[in-house]
Amino acid sequence: MREDTIYWRSFEELTNHPDFVKNSQNEFNLPTAAEQDEAAQAPDRRDFLKKVGFGLTAAALASCETPVRHVIPFLAAPEQIDYSNANYYATSYLLEGEYCSLLIKTKAGRPIKIEGNKLSSITRGGTSARVQASLLGLYDSARYKKPELGKKEATWAAVDAKLALAVKSGKKVVLVTPSTPSPSFNEVVSRLKASIPTFEHVVYDALPNSGIIKANKINFGTGVVPSYDFSKAHTIVSLGADFLGTWVSPIEYSRQFGKMRRLGKQTKHMSRLYVVEPLMSLTGANADVRIMAKASQVGAYAAALYNAVSAKMGQASGVDAVTGIDTKAIARMADDLVANKGASLVVAGSNDPAVQQVVNAINYTLGNYGNTLNLTIPLLTNTGTEEGIASLVTGLQNGSIGTVIFSGVDPVYTHPQGDTLKGLLKNAVTVSLDHTPTDTSDVCGIVAPGHHFLEAWGDYMPKPGFYSLGQPVITPLFQTRQAEETLLKLAGYNGQYYDFIQAVWKTKVFPQQSIYTSFTQFWNYTLHDGIFEVGRPSLRGKELAANGGDLEAPYEYLSISGTAPASFAFSNRVAATLAAKPASTGMEVVVYQKVGMGAGTQGNNPWLLEFPDPITRITWENYVTVAPEVATAKGISLNECQTSLVTVKVNGKEYSLPAIVQPGQDPNTLGIALGFGRKVVGKAGEGRGKNVFPLVSLAAGFTDYIAKGATLENTSETYMIGAVQTSHTNAGRPVIQEATLAEYQKEATAGRYMPKINTPDGPMNPTDLSLWKTEVNKRPNHAWGMNIDLNSCIGCGACVVSCNVENNVAIVGKQEVVNRREMHWIRIDRYYSSQKTRDEGASNTELETAAKNPRVTFQPMMCQHCNSAPCETVCPVLATTHSSEGLNQMTYNRCIGTRYCANNCPYKVRRFNWFSYPQNAERFSIGTFNDSLARMVLNPDVTVRARGVMEKCSFCIQRIQDGKLQAKKEGRRPVDGEIITACAQACPTDAITFGDMNDPNSRVSAAINEQYEERAFRVLEELNVRPSVSYLTKIRNT
Amino acid sequence: MNVTASIRPHLVNGGKTVSDVTNDISRQVESAPTRLWWMAFGASLVLLGWGSYCLLTTWFVGIGVWGLNKTVGWAWDITNFVWWVGIGHAGTLISAVLLLFRQKWRMAINRSAEAMTIFAVLCAATFILAHMGRTWLAHWALPLGNTYGSLWVNFNSPLVWDVFAISTYLTVSLVFWYIGLIPDLATIRDRAQKPLSRFIYGLLAFGWNGGAKDWSRYESVSLILAGLSTPLVLSVHTIVSMDFATSLEPGWHTTIFPPYFVAGAIFSGFAMVQTLLLITRRVFKLEDYITVEHIDSMNKVIMVTGSVVGIAYITEFFIAWYSGVTYEQYAFTNRMFGPYWWAYWSMMSCNVISPQLFWSRKLRRNIATSFIISIVVNIGMWFERFVIIVSSLHRDYLPSSWAMFEPTMYDVGDYIFSFGLFFTLFFLFAKFLPVVNMAEIKGIIKGSSAPKEGQLKEAQPVQPATASN
Repeated sequence: MREDTIYWRSFEELTNHPDFVKNSQNEFNLPTAAEQDEAAQAPDRRDFLKKVGFGLTAAALASCETPVRHVIPFLAAPEQIDYSNANYYATSYLLEGEYCSLLIKTKAGRPIKIEGNKLSSITRGGTSARVQASLLGLYDSARYKKPELGKKEATWAAVDAKLALAVKSGKKVVLVTPSTPSPSFNEVVSRLKASIPTFEHVVYDALPNSGIIKANKINFGTGVVPSYDFSKAHTIVSLGADFLGTWVSPIEYSRQFGKMRRLGKQTKHMSRLYVVEPLMSLTGANADVRIMAKASQVGAYAAALYNAVSAKMGQASGVDAVTGIDTKAIARMADDLVANKGASLVVAGSNDPAVQQVVNAINYTLGNYGNTLNLTIPLLTNTGTEEGIASLVTGLQNGSIGTVIFSGVDPVYTHPQGDTLKGLLKNAVTVSLDHTPTDTSDVCGIVAPGHHFLEAWGDYMPKPGFYSLGQPVITPLFQTRQAEETLLKLAGYNGQYYDFIQAVWKTKVFPQQSIYTSFTQFWNYTLHDGIFEVGRPSLRGKELAANGGDLEAPYEYLSISGTAPASFAFSNRVAATLAAKPASTGMEVVVYQKVGMGAGTQGNNPWLLEFPDPITRITWENYVTVAPEVATAKGISLNECQTSLVTVKVNGKEYSLPAIVQPGQDPNTLGIALGFGRKVVGKAGEGRGKNVFPLVSLAAGFTDYIAKGATLENTSETYMIGAVQTSHTNAGRPVIQEATLAEYQKEATAGRYMPKINTPDGPMNPTDLSLWKTEVNKRPNHAWGMNIDLNSCIGCGACVVSCNVENNVAIVGKQEVVNRREMHWIRIDRYYSSQKTRDEGASNTELETAAKNPRVTFQPMMCQHCNSAPCETVCPVLATTHSSEGLNQMTYNRCIGTRYCANNCPYKVRRFNWFSYPQNAERFSIGTFNDSLARMVLNPDVTVRARGVMEKCSFCIQRIQDGKLQAKKEGRRPVDGEIITACAQACPTDAITFGDMNDPNSRVSAAINEQYEERAFRVLEELNVRPSVSYLTKIRNT
Repeated sequence: MNVTASIRPHLVNGGKTVSDVTNDISRQVESAPTRLWWMAFGASLVLLGWGSYCLLTTWFVGIGVWGLNKTVGWAWDITNFVWWVGIGHAGTLISAVLLLFRQKWRMAINRSAEAMTIFAVLCAATFILAHMGRTWLAHWALPLGNTYGSLWVNFNSPLVWDVFAISTYLTVSLVFWYIGLIPDLATIRDRAQKPLSRFIYGLLAFGWNGGAKDWSRYESVSLILAGLSTPLVLSVHTIVSMDFATSLEPGWHTTIFPPYFVAGAIFSGFAMVQTLLLITRRVFKLEDYITVEHIDSMNKVIMVTGSVVGIAYITEFFIAWYSGVTYEQYAFTNRMFGPYWWAYWSMMSCNVISPQLFWSRKLRRNIATSFIISIVVNIGMWFERFVIIVSSLHRDYLPSSWAMFEPTMYDVGDYIFSFGLFFTLFFLFAKFLPVVNMAEIKGIIKGSSAPKEGQLKEAQPVQPATASN
């Protein structure tokens, strides 16, 4: 060390700072007393934990106190919500008078699928094609995205200001809505009434049940639509009521009806359905006995039936013998009804109160009230009458109405005087609260768009005591606002509708139960369940878990039975007048609803437009249905998809539409479907068919769907129509196997075709033959299988739409349907019977021609998942292979598109991607693939198929995997019913059963085993392809 | 080695000498293309151009541009494929089987027949590629090594058998054809005036020097290849027929298909050879080489195979009835009386009835009749495949799925493409390569010491002609 070098530790030491000098004395630099005090006050670990604990508790408490009032976006990912897991939320559907309780499947925050809610005693998990498809309405790019004033985009503030001004004009303010059985909406209306003295509420239903209501008012003094219970009816007579397709509450009735069509070892009886109708309806197609009659004759049938039933019951009917009808059939119906009195049901589709009164009289005479009909728990949907809209027209004419607010109605399109109304609306301030443009909203000066029902809160009471909640499942996509909030603002209430509903429920619904002590608890569980039914212990999630999470376990549904009415006021003169009323001469046009389209509210829904009508199997438009003999006389023939344009002239109106030859149609009747030809609808629905609402008329104040004195002319112009099935009979082939109930009761194998193969060892079952000595189809774990009861299947097509939604099935448009290239993975083959059978010596041509009044069979057909699959052996690249669980799998990535598999498929269920359906906006602009908004509906678990590959039903493999994974996570085997395909889920009659055939206790095993070698059969069994799908024979109670 | 029975008429007319043969056949190779050739070639290019547009559209847009649908998954594509493969049968049959059977008359026609075979198989291959949904992955049908683990082709699939059968056939036919060309290419090389021609033909001639060793090897290779390709004549169409026979479509699932398809293939192949020869002999003035005798022999084969095919049609019907299978019976009734009745009756009249005219020697030796019937037969054979494929598929098991097939512009256009390709290649061949095997034909011309015409009836030993050039 050199002497002159100074080593230092700090500048303080170097400079000999006084502080340094002072502190250098102490070896340990301890804090001073003042410093110690300070440290004592700083938080230590325990304090920290205390504070954090307090903070968390406070935050938790605070969250209880302040509910989150908006749907949480995924940016701030909520706990327990994972992109890869689906969440289900219960909500409710009410459209065109059809109510359905739903579960909405959401994934990554997007609603992607609608399923039925099994907790509801009304719909019991059933859905319909229209309900399934309603999801796409949310992602409809034609929707209003912002409020509009005079067709120009505006702010909500401006709209509110305009509205506030409009209701203060002193003139009448009319709110037009469909009948909305909602406690909170009713409260909204009463608030409006209270705050706006000139306020009026008009209920307008496009297709009202006013005839029934009027008849019940006269007969029982209570103007309601009763609840019907088809599940208790052994004999059903439908006089033109399509209760399985479109009449009143079809989902509910389908469920009930399907229950009475089940047969098995223990059940050898089923209901018998008589249908008298002019057109072939879905209900008519399911009839055991079907009689064709003119629509104007149906009243006479009702009178004659009343007469026959009364005679048998020893009562006077006052009806003379009715002429011109099938008296033998009437006698048979009467016998059957009387034999099952108290357990029978007569319904009529006519909106004529006289007909409905006679029907009431028949049901009353038979003692059906309190058993199959219930007036004390009526149906509250679709209870509008014709008077309301008439008063609106009058009010607009005399100028007493200053403001009209439309919400959920489209009278310009659906009202017969729509055009007149459209002109009159110019005299008033018009407001539309609809979320999507309609013919009516298009003429409205103020458009204050509401939410789609999947974005909105709502509550319903479809029947007294049966409550149902609607909750949003996604943040509003556009600048729309809950319609009720817009209305409440006019009544001076500026809060949220959510709070409003809660307030209503707190006072009106909560006191009706005793299970829950706190309203919050009641609200949360009810919201979870989606429904609350007075008098029934609520089935909440906890209880569901207690029974092993078995979603399929039978629930104790609330019975909808009631008591017989005390008095019945009916004059026999009504029946006598009907009986004496002569049938109209000449042709009648009957305007009817299609199962998939109804009144056309969902007219821009490509799923519904491409949904083949269950009866005609035609897509995308409406047409004139013509009886075969009329078609022959007029030179109309259907050649594949080619038909002729015809001109129908009636009531001074003229329609040029394609004609369809419809077996089973009354020769003096023409049928045209409603719901098409909307002017303002959107891209998909634009220019589809013609609007026949102008043919609807008022007969003595009641909506009448029959237009008399029609003429039909063949223009001989050809027209291509999008039909998915062009051969209409089963051509004498045993692909459908059927028998009558009597035959079945005698011999359970009745109607079965049991092919035998001749071998050196004698005739053998095809499935007993194999090239291999050992079992090649080993299924060590699961063996997925499906059973379809042809007897319960009513052909409604809910499964078809459900499958399209679940599996991202391409919508190909009308031209491609004409080219016979629809992509549906499941189809419902509809077969008519021929006049003569092969055994009776019918030729091929005769076998291929439908009978005049054919029996109809529906056969859902999808990939049969053959265990010796012909498609698998022929694929050169092993793109389609078999899984060890019995699934025939399609590996899209590997497919090179030779189409050999499709050719070799005996069931023709394979579908080829002829074009690139996605990323091909020029060709396929309509649909879910090429619209950025509609694409949100795609199921992220299912590949969107590329051009040039084959696809087909996968048995919803994504659901199977999901279910297996869930079970694996919980360390258990999948429970039967936990894994279910989209088609089976949607089925309103539970005709489709899916499950593990390796599990002897599964319902699918039970369905097959119970009726093994009896009703259970596999289609084309003789080919020995060993399908995993089996069917149960169709039994007709003729 | 060529020994001809004295009672047989001579196969080459006009008293041709060896140098006449060389001159006659090399002429069109060496001289400038004729106006007629240009016109024909131009027409082929137009077909090829239009066809290419259609085919490229098909490939870019997807085979949705065709008329196929959910029920009819194959129609014109596979019809054309089978049709072209069938046509491709004549070449091998003529060059291999007839070689083994020592049918000398084949010598004048085998070159063009083989060329036609190759072009026909190429045309067939375009349909293999075109009919795929994802043509760009066509190589997946080959058992190539890959990085996917044990991912392999499906050896159960007749389409994989097809890949093997057709690629083998194409390879063997190509080699056989080319080996046969070598001595002639050497002749042209040696006669060539321009250095470029000399260079190109010199390359193509593989250094042929005409020595005895070359000839010995040439003969051996020809025999070996003939032996190799003879089974192919039977196997290729047998395997093509299995595309149908091993399926379970009613109307396809038939054990008679292999022999029936082979007979049909020979039938159509001979008809196509006939068509082309009748044109070639006229255009290139080769009437002395391709004589009425040849036409007569070809017509006999056409008649026999046509009758075999006819019996097969009738047998199918009998078996369908005898099987008692509803679907099978319907498929055949539907062929006759269903919506595609016209295709069926076209097939029957073209294939079964028209060749029966050849029982008459006069008609058999009539050039116009032969030409017309050769075309009629190929129309009939196209309909045969159309009937088998479309009329079976369009109405099979479930009536709900029954549908009709209607061709579109692109179905037609892609077929036209194959014609364009075929004729373009054929005219190029006819211009730049000798259409008759000069080397072989020289072995069957009359020697200078051979008897003159009219002396044939007097039996006398004929000197064996020597194979020399």
